[in-house]
Amino acid sequence: MPSAKPASIDATIELLKNGDYIADRSLATVLYLALKLGRPLFCEGEAGVGKTEIAKVLAATLGRPLIRLQCYEGLDVNSAVYEWNYSRQMIEIRLAEAQGVHNRDELASDIFDERFLIRRPLLEALQPHTEGAPVLLIDELDRTDEPFEAYLLEVLSDFQVTIPELGTIRAAETPIVIITSNRTREIHDALKRRCFYHWVDYPDLKRELEILKVKAPGAGERLSRQVVGFVQELRKLDLFKSPGVAESIDWATALSELNALDLDPKTVNDTLGVLLKYQDDIQRLQGSEAAEILRKVKSDIAAQPLG
Amino acid sequence: MDALPDQAGAPSGGEGRGGKLATNIVHFARTLRTAGLRVGPGQILRAIEAVEAAGLRKRDDFYWTLHSVFVNRRDQREIFDQAFHVYWRNPRLLEKMMEMLLPSISVPADPEDKKQLSRRLQDALQAGKGEAPKEEGEPPEVEVEATFTVSDREVLQHKDFEQMTQEEIDQALKAISRLRLPVPERRTRRYRAARRGPRVDFRASLRRALRPEGLTELRKREPRRRPPPLVILCDISGSMARYTRMFLHFMHAITNDRDRVYCFTFGTRLSNVTRALRYRDVDIALEKASAQVEDWSGGTRIGQTLHEFNNKWSRRVLGQGAVVLLITDGLDREGAAGLAEQMERLHKSSSRVIWLNPLLRYGAYEPKSQGNKAMLPHVDEFRPVHNLESLAGLIAALDVKMHPADRRLTDWQTELRKE
Repeated sequence: MPSAKPASIDATIELLKNGDYIADRSLATVLYLALKLGRPLFCEGEAGVGKTEIAKVLAATLGRPLIRLQCYEGLDVNSAVYEWNYSRQMIEIRLAEAQGVHNRDELASDIFDERFLIRRPLLEALQPHTEGAPVLLIDELDRTDEPFEAYLLEVLSDFQVTIPELGTIRAAETPIVIITSNRTREIHDALKRRCFYHWVDYPDLKRELEILKVKAPGAGERLSRQVVGFVQELRKLDLFKSPGVAESIDWATALSELNALDLDPKTVNDTLGVLLKYQDDIQRLQGSEAAEILRKVKSDIAAQPLG
Repeated sequence: MDALPDQAGAPSGGEGRGGKLATNIVHFARTLRTAGLRVGPGQILRAIEAVEAAGLRKRDDFYWTLHSVFVNRRDQREIFDQAFHVYWRNPRLLEKMMEMLLPSISVPADPEDKKQLSRRLQDALQAGKGEAPKEEGEPPEVEVEATFTVSDREVLQHKDFEQMTQEEIDQALKAISRLRLPVPERRTRRYRAARRGPRVDFRASLRRALRPEGLTELRKREPRRRPPPLVILCDISGSMARYTRMFLHFMHAITNDRDRVYCFTFGTRLSNVTRALRYRDVDIALEKASAQVEDWSGGTRIGQTLHEFNNKWSRRVLGQGAVVLLITDGLDREGAAGLAEQMERLHKSSSRVIWLNPLLRYGAYEPKSQGNKAMLPHVDEFRPVHNLESLAGLIAALDVKMHPADRRLTDWQTELRKE
């Protein structure tokens, strides 16, 4: 049985926490509204701040199936909504001919039957599920092109899909829709207006520490504190790609695997590739700049012990 | 800070559905609209609904509830934040300010409008006057007049923007507004029906098979084509001052002619003027754009501004095979510091970089300056852009097949590589 949707904003924070997701209040508010009013949640933000994770955690904690539509350029109705199983249809026609069926209407209704329909994520999300309405994750919407966005507009406002051969299919129960975008291009306002919008920001020091505690339990407290401090400093720099939360988790995990208890310049240099994904950024930081930041972080921690 | 101001006309949920809260939200929405956010009635309704759902116990929740409805883009956050804090701390204050402002906007705005209008009207009238006497003098010879215009245009075609008189500039601007980019298309990953396409369209074939003739032929499909996004980076520094106006008009004409055009200006800093240039009316568009740009006719820091573009914008506008038009004379104030690296990155992340350089009009042009040397190895095409003819030539250049790269360009590039 699916759990009920949270009844308040505090309950939403609690729910996400049960799924090991440390959310700030702004996100919980928006999510609560989206759940309560049955409207999509549109999450924008830099890569690696935990946008996709929201949907996954939500599906897990609410006990709903997660249906994921990964967007890419050229995504069309055939791969997003439905497709007919052509080879089976052909065989069906052949069989009908062999059996001597000549009534064309009958044949038509036969081969455009639901048996031959391949359901893709969007259609799948509209189907009734025993576990309750599914969580539909439309990931990286910015990767598709505008025509698909326009199509999505129709699906998201009425939660129905029209298949010419079958008719209109309406959602039994409105699915929980989470849309994410990395902002590699602007999504049209019309689509955003139908959703609750949220910009997922990098977490502050305190929240990122909490996240590490949950997500990278292997790293000691001192190490986590240094990792977070270092990453937070990096985000202040003008880098091509600032490290996200995913990177700090990876880094903390990697460091604890290496049995590091304390950050030192050499370890930082050796593992910088976990944190930064562009050669320019790595080159710039390697050596003196990383050491400088590390010194600053350590003196900050010394000045302001945990608490 | 936790509790909301719920006395003295402040929002209160106690009045049932609608009531004061709704009124306040409507007023707040109006404030946002005045501040430049796009807020429609649909959003207001949704905001009221959302606030009712979220409740009003905490100021923070209320903030994020309204935020989720009214804010659509990241850059709207600051405006929202300021408006929220001013409005909901003391709604009266803002209302009063609006009351004070509104009449001053609506009433005295009238004469201002008239002023604006009259200037343009005057221009129009004067233009009429200028032509009228001519026609009086030679009323029947309309054709002569026409040929004159054509040859006039011909002269205009070759004349350098820099040497034009004001009147000629006006004419050139008109010609620019008539420029249409042909649609050099790129293959997309979508398909459409085609008689002799490379792929079988099973769906269409099967539907066809249901006709009385049965499965007689396979339907085909081919990739759909559409024009790639176009990104224009225009130098507006002092050395380009004479050309800037032309290029702004040029960017405006292109922006309004097709979709997926992104315009940026740069001098000492980078400004994205895309939204401003989308206004149909060229005067309004340019006015909005110039209000946004702060570094007119100053120095040039090409390396620095390209760095900003690469970091902040390239990932957002250079998708799907974008073509970059870089309009600059390549004279960099900072001795081309970091320019080569940034150009390389720009080149690698776009499908084609076309450099338009007004200096190229001189036959004896050689890439001597630091900036030119740094940039030249990383462009696919190098073209002059100083008169109408070269602008028209540019249009042809956007079609890859029609125009291979300039011979001189490859020569220079090999030379620079040797150095």
